[in-house]
Amino acid sequence: MTLAIEVRDLTRRFGDFTAVDAISVEVRAGEVFGFLGANGAGKTTAIRMLIGLLAPTSGSARVAGFDVLTQSEDVRRNIGYMSQRFSLYDDLTVSENITLYGGIYGLDDATISARMDAMLQTLDLASARRSMVRSLPLGWKQKLAFSVAMLHRPRVVFLDEPTGGVDPITRRQFWEMIYAAAAEGTTVFATTHYMDEAEYCDRLSIMVDGRIAAMGTPGELKAAYNAPSLDEVFVRLARPAA
Amino acid sequence: MRAPGRLRALRAFVLKELWHILRDRQTLTILLLMPLAQVVLFGFAIRTDVTDIRVAIVDQAVDADSKALHARFAGTSRFRIVATGPTTHLLEPLFRRGAVDVALVIPPGLANDLAAGAPARLQLITDASNPNTGSTMQAYAGAVIAGWQADLPGTRAGLQVVPQVRMRFNQTLESVNLFVPGLIALVLTLVTALMTAISLSREMERGTLEVLLVSPLHPWQIILGKVAPYLLLAFANVVTALVAAWVVFQVPLRGSLLLLLGASMLYSLVGLALGVLVAARTGSQRTAMIGAMLVTMLPSTLLSGMIFPIASLPTPLQIVSNVVPARWFIVVVRGIMLKGAGVVHLWQEFTILTAIFLLLLVAATRSFKERLA
Repeated sequence: MTLAIEVRDLTRRFGDFTAVDAISVEVRAGEVFGFLGANGAGKTTAIRMLIGLLAPTSGSARVAGFDVLTQSEDVRRNIGYMSQRFSLYDDLTVSENITLYGGIYGLDDATISARMDAMLQTLDLASARRSMVRSLPLGWKQKLAFSVAMLHRPRVVFLDEPTGGVDPITRRQFWEMIYAAAAEGTTVFATTHYMDEAEYCDRLSIMVDGRIAAMGTPGELKAAYNAPSLDEVFVRLARPAA
Repeated sequence: MRAPGRLRALRAFVLKELWHILRDRQTLTILLLMPLAQVVLFGFAIRTDVTDIRVAIVDQAVDADSKALHARFAGTSRFRIVATGPTTHLLEPLFRRGAVDVALVIPPGLANDLAAGAPARLQLITDASNPNTGSTMQAYAGAVIAGWQADLPGTRAGLQVVPQVRMRFNQTLESVNLFVPGLIALVLTLVTALMTAISLSREMERGTLEVLLVSPLHPWQIILGKVAPYLLLAFANVVTALVAAWVVFQVPLRGSLLLLLGASMLYSLVGLALGVLVAARTGSQRTAMIGAMLVTMLPSTLLSGMIFPIASLPTPLQIVSNVVPARWFIVVVRGIMLKGAGVVHLWQEFTILTAIFLLLLVAATRSFKERLA
């Protein structure tokens, strides 16, 4: 079994405040892992450490087989990232955005062009190739952003609340794309606030106050907390007093 | 990443910056036309002060009336008689040296002609390298003559003043020659510092910078990619400003064009580093813009010697002016354009500008890293 993500006692403090408190997570290659937690629980801080935007205070993490501290360039070359905020350029066309990200990841022109054609075909966006990204509906933008994050065929892709503000049908389609990516061997590490989405994950963890309070398959978690739904599990963990 | 991959990545990034710039037509138009507009506007606006008009009088009559006219000019504070003589030969060298602004030529037999009611032709020659001040000086001189004419006893018919405008190359049209270098500095600062600060802070604000930083792009590739297109734009601006200054005001370029362009590129790098620093230090596009205006516009116009000579500033401001890059750049440009100075004369300024650039670069890189950590 190869591990795509290996996190050991990862900690990040900001002054007196411990945002991430010695978390340990292992994600297998090809797994769809849901990284859940209430707002402010420390999810984003944890992800930022995994993708090399933030240095950990202590602990270690390996992503795609490389140490995030000492081999950050290898890490960055092997991961894809879709941030909470929309990450494409509004004032560039669809094809310009794709060309840009392909180029940034060092793909040659022929590869970019072939992958662009395939991607636009799949997304049914071929006619919008020369449209400004700002003119696309939000759902399409998000699907496009995901496809662009997958353009260089990363081994691990990090999705930080990828479906915020998107309608249910598009969310469903989005998860179909995630499954397709996982089927091709890409490990998916996603945060979400939607519990129906959490159900789609192979395994998930729930973060509370900087710690991982629970981890397992959706079924295991529901059984352990004797709850009918993940919603219930989440609420009980996030508000222990209730 | 392998070397070709790195180059491809940089190329892709620079292309994207160019797309941004080319797509924003309005901003691009403003940026490209700015030097032209500023050279022309400032050129006319700054040079309207005509208080000390140097006048030469060629008196071919030497009679009571011509002496009265002499006295008129001597009596106005606006005019200063710098030369008098009997023939027009003395004028040519004076105009060539730029030692005189207006010349009055009094024809022989002025008093007789006036007494007889015959036409007397007074000739007024004006240096009109700058049409604006040229016509102003002409009007002032005309007013003095009209005053003299009104006081003439008896008949005053037949007097004709013949204005003659001469387009003379004038080496001491100081204000225009001195402000063009300042203007180049101002335009470069605006394009480099302001635009870099805006474009970088926009990426921070929108979150696209984060995505770039997660990519295999090196931070220096991001900075270089951001900066390169604006360097190109700055280059175009310098050329526009030089051509405009030369065509409209005949501002000379006595030194090496290559050295001037090199100096402009060095100064642009200073501006670009300043822009990165401002963007890294401020949170939003709006603050970055105001911040960049504050640290560039005011010092480069007021503390650079562009408008007010450094020597006339209060001592504390003179000290502050030492850290204003525009101050040194203006010395370099004036030296090259007006005096034909070379590296031998300007190495100190070049050294200071390089030092400022390196300092800003270190500060910018630091703030940039702090910001992301």
